[in-house]
Amino acid sequence: MSVLADTMASRPGAGARRPLLAVLHDWVVTVDHKRLGVMYVISGLVFLVVAGLEASAIRLQLASSGLHVVPPGTFNRLFTMHGTTMVFLVGIPIVFGFANYLVPLMIGARDLAFPRLNAFGFWAFLFGGLLLYFSVLGGEGLYGGGSAPDVGWFAYAPLTGRAFSPGNSTDYWNLSILVMGFGTVATSINLIVTTLAMRCPGMTLGRLPVYVWMMLVVSGMTVIALPPLSAAQIMLLLDRFLAAHFFDTQAGGSAVMWQHFFWFFGHPEVYILMVPGFAFVSEIIPVFSRKVIFGYPMVVAASMAIGLLSMSVWAHHMFAVGMGAPLNAAFAASTMLIAVPTGIKIFNWVATMYGGRIRFATPMLFACAFIFQFLCAGLTGIMLAVVPFNWQLTDSYFVVAHFHYVLVGSLVFTIFGAIYYWFPKVTGRLLSERVGRWHFWLFVIGFNVTFLPMHWLGMIGMPRRIYTYPADRGWDFWNLVASLGVLFQAAAIAVFLVNIVVSLRRGAPAGDDPWDAWTLEWATTSPPPAYNFDVVPVVSSRRPLWDLKHPDDPDGPHE
Amino acid sequence: MLAMAWRLLLFATTMTVLTTANATAGGKEVVQTPSIFAPASTPAYLTRELTWIVFVITGTIFLVVAGLTVYAIMRFRRRRGDDGREPPQVYGSLQIELAWTVVPILIVVVLFLVTTRYIFAIEGRPPVPEALEVTIVGHQWWWEIRYPKLGIVTANELHVPVSDPAHPTPTFITLQSADVIHSFWIPQLAGKMDVIPNKTNRIWIDPQKPGGYVGQCAEYCGLQHAGMLLIVAVQSKEDFAKWAAQQRAPARNDAEVQAGRELFSSLSCINCHAVRGTAANGLFGPDLTHLMSRRTIGAGVIQNTPENIRSWIDDPASLKPGALMPAMKLSRDDLDKVTAYLLALR
Repeated sequence: MSVLADTMASRPGAGARRPLLAVLHDWVVTVDHKRLGVMYVISGLVFLVVAGLEASAIRLQLASSGLHVVPPGTFNRLFTMHGTTMVFLVGIPIVFGFANYLVPLMIGARDLAFPRLNAFGFWAFLFGGLLLYFSVLGGEGLYGGGSAPDVGWFAYAPLTGRAFSPGNSTDYWNLSILVMGFGTVATSINLIVTTLAMRCPGMTLGRLPVYVWMMLVVSGMTVIALPPLSAAQIMLLLDRFLAAHFFDTQAGGSAVMWQHFFWFFGHPEVYILMVPGFAFVSEIIPVFSRKVIFGYPMVVAASMAIGLLSMSVWAHHMFAVGMGAPLNAAFAASTMLIAVPTGIKIFNWVATMYGGRIRFATPMLFACAFIFQFLCAGLTGIMLAVVPFNWQLTDSYFVVAHFHYVLVGSLVFTIFGAIYYWFPKVTGRLLSERVGRWHFWLFVIGFNVTFLPMHWLGMIGMPRRIYTYPADRGWDFWNLVASLGVLFQAAAIAVFLVNIVVSLRRGAPAGDDPWDAWTLEWATTSPPPAYNFDVVPVVSSRRPLWDLKHPDDPDGPHE
Repeated sequence: MLAMAWRLLLFATTMTVLTTANATAGGKEVVQTPSIFAPASTPAYLTRELTWIVFVITGTIFLVVAGLTVYAIMRFRRRRGDDGREPPQVYGSLQIELAWTVVPILIVVVLFLVTTRYIFAIEGRPPVPEALEVTIVGHQWWWEIRYPKLGIVTANELHVPVSDPAHPTPTFITLQSADVIHSFWIPQLAGKMDVIPNKTNRIWIDPQKPGGYVGQCAEYCGLQHAGMLLIVAVQSKEDFAKWAAQQRAPARNDAEVQAGRELFSSLSCINCHAVRGTAANGLFGPDLTHLMSRRTIGAGVIQNTPENIRSWIDDPASLKPGALMPAMKLSRDDLDKVTAYLLALR
């Protein structure tokens, strides 16, 4: 039985019809890594639409100075929910959803090592997500402190203390992310064990697809970085309910300690989200350039270097905290250093394209835009590591522009590329290329029109998280431009959703291997059967399907 | 992308020239766009200098890498009539990969050394005896400004003397918070420094041109984070001395506002506000001793006019939603009396 066979079977004309309840029941009780992966990605996309609507409201309010589209309190809730949603309910589930689906297929395994733990991880995530949004109804609490959280996605103490955040909205933020954190750590452990213990015969670590290597690094980072956040959240919980004073500055607690805890998670988190993006394009670029990835060992080593260095850069979020010159210089050094392995990756991708025969299908379009936008993001990142520049521009719109170039211009672009690339494997049908190109161009235009001007807004003094601004600041024009870009982005997302819905029903049949690719997931049917492979494959190189297609020139001798 | 980046650069340059022109031509005017490219004080000058260095380095990297990428995309796209054969497979090259590892490391080392130099130049400056000492306390959502050696307390408008580069008279600012984290940022004078409860931070400025410089709280601090503005008035040494003398004087005690003063003292106003020389000695809200010498009220959200003062006393939330001062619910007559009293506090 294939992954989506049930849903497909439930459609008219596609065989015997099963009752909807039975189909839903199958999905709820499933421990199949493919179904859980699909559910992760679908939930992530639903939350992406929600967070996008929140962002649209924010841009509407800021389109001009002195507008009253939403009241100040609502604006603060909007940006808090937008940030929290994008990081924890869009980024995390989509990248781990893909890993769920792809890692076992790529290493020739029949499932993850602990299928039940996998199901627990997904449901913990979904419960956490629903709990966060339940705050809109339930956050009023006993003290009338309002509904959805309004403390910002990094929830700096002591604003989160009882004194400044009455009611229960902050508790919803705290508990929902705590719950999701347990789920994410469980899934990471699962991925690590699966990758280390369940590879098919012949798949040595040196032959792992780059994607799997990178997800191994990501899972390792998650296991190290997430527990400190959970610990800090438990401390905050104790502060709020048992008067523990960890972060209560009025009673001698430390506001700066929260920042250290949070960013010790928060910066690796950026790489936890971004390395999967690198992983997607490291599969997409070779296939559409028709060339093996350039410098596999270096790409893998660079990923591991990023994983290690990402643990040592957190306080670059805190240059304005007053840590003193020596610490500032140390964190500037580690932050600049992490640019080296990151830059190496860009060079490897470009070298892979160099000398190839590049086919610009939609996944490759997204991968190319990613390279340029990620280059911008990386370079503004280096600028922000230059401490005096950071003193000027941290907490300004320059930073907002920078991290949207990372998380949207890079991560979301690679996610879209990945969806176009693997959709045929998951559903058996191709997404429309023509509609895909509309999606791509609308999104490239919309994204850059919205976020490029924000660099400038930051440099002319606009701080982030303000619900309005004086008319005489000279910020009106570029804010209006940024807001207009949202129209293009919204159109792009609408086109994308239409493409998915239409292609699910009427897309061209994909066949097993529509892109003429080289990794193991393309060796099985689309969609793959529940057990993935009829016969467990045996591999002898990094590109088993290349060997199959070119018996005269296999990869093995070159590795 | 390239074209877009070029246009941005062009635009940035034009705007920079314009803003700088504005700053010099305006004289004592308040420059309303706080651009980091129109500095007026040493830390901001140094930062602009460093910014140009960084722009040149990163701009060069951008041009090289983006150029190579564009070349690869254009040159190696599959053409019409492609025979469908696979291109030669290149698995890697130790020399090339070593080169693109070592070169970035060298760039990083240079950038790090330059950065460190500027960090210590800005952060490592010791106070000089001629320096003016100011303590700024961040509150939800206004700035308390104290001059401990001059015995002055005011709010939301920092006055400092101009500093002659030949004989610098910098201002050293001690930053503290009464509640949550705020951040002090006047882009034309210095980078920002967070204002953190239970932690004392220091920052210095030495504005070299008289005039007004705007800024606002740069760390999200709750409902009215957007309504926490600050003006720095840079004055000639004589003007500053005059201002200081006027601020040091006790509150005026005009006979014609006797009724208002008595009413004010009998109300809860005095729990939060201080008027030096009277029973009012609250510390929760801004000091009102010389309220009418300030340009704005509500931390910069509205102009300091008699009508605005009256509306503010009546219902602050109508002008600044969420402001912690409650609506005073006074009768129209009482409102007039209290307003008249405050208007006399020049």
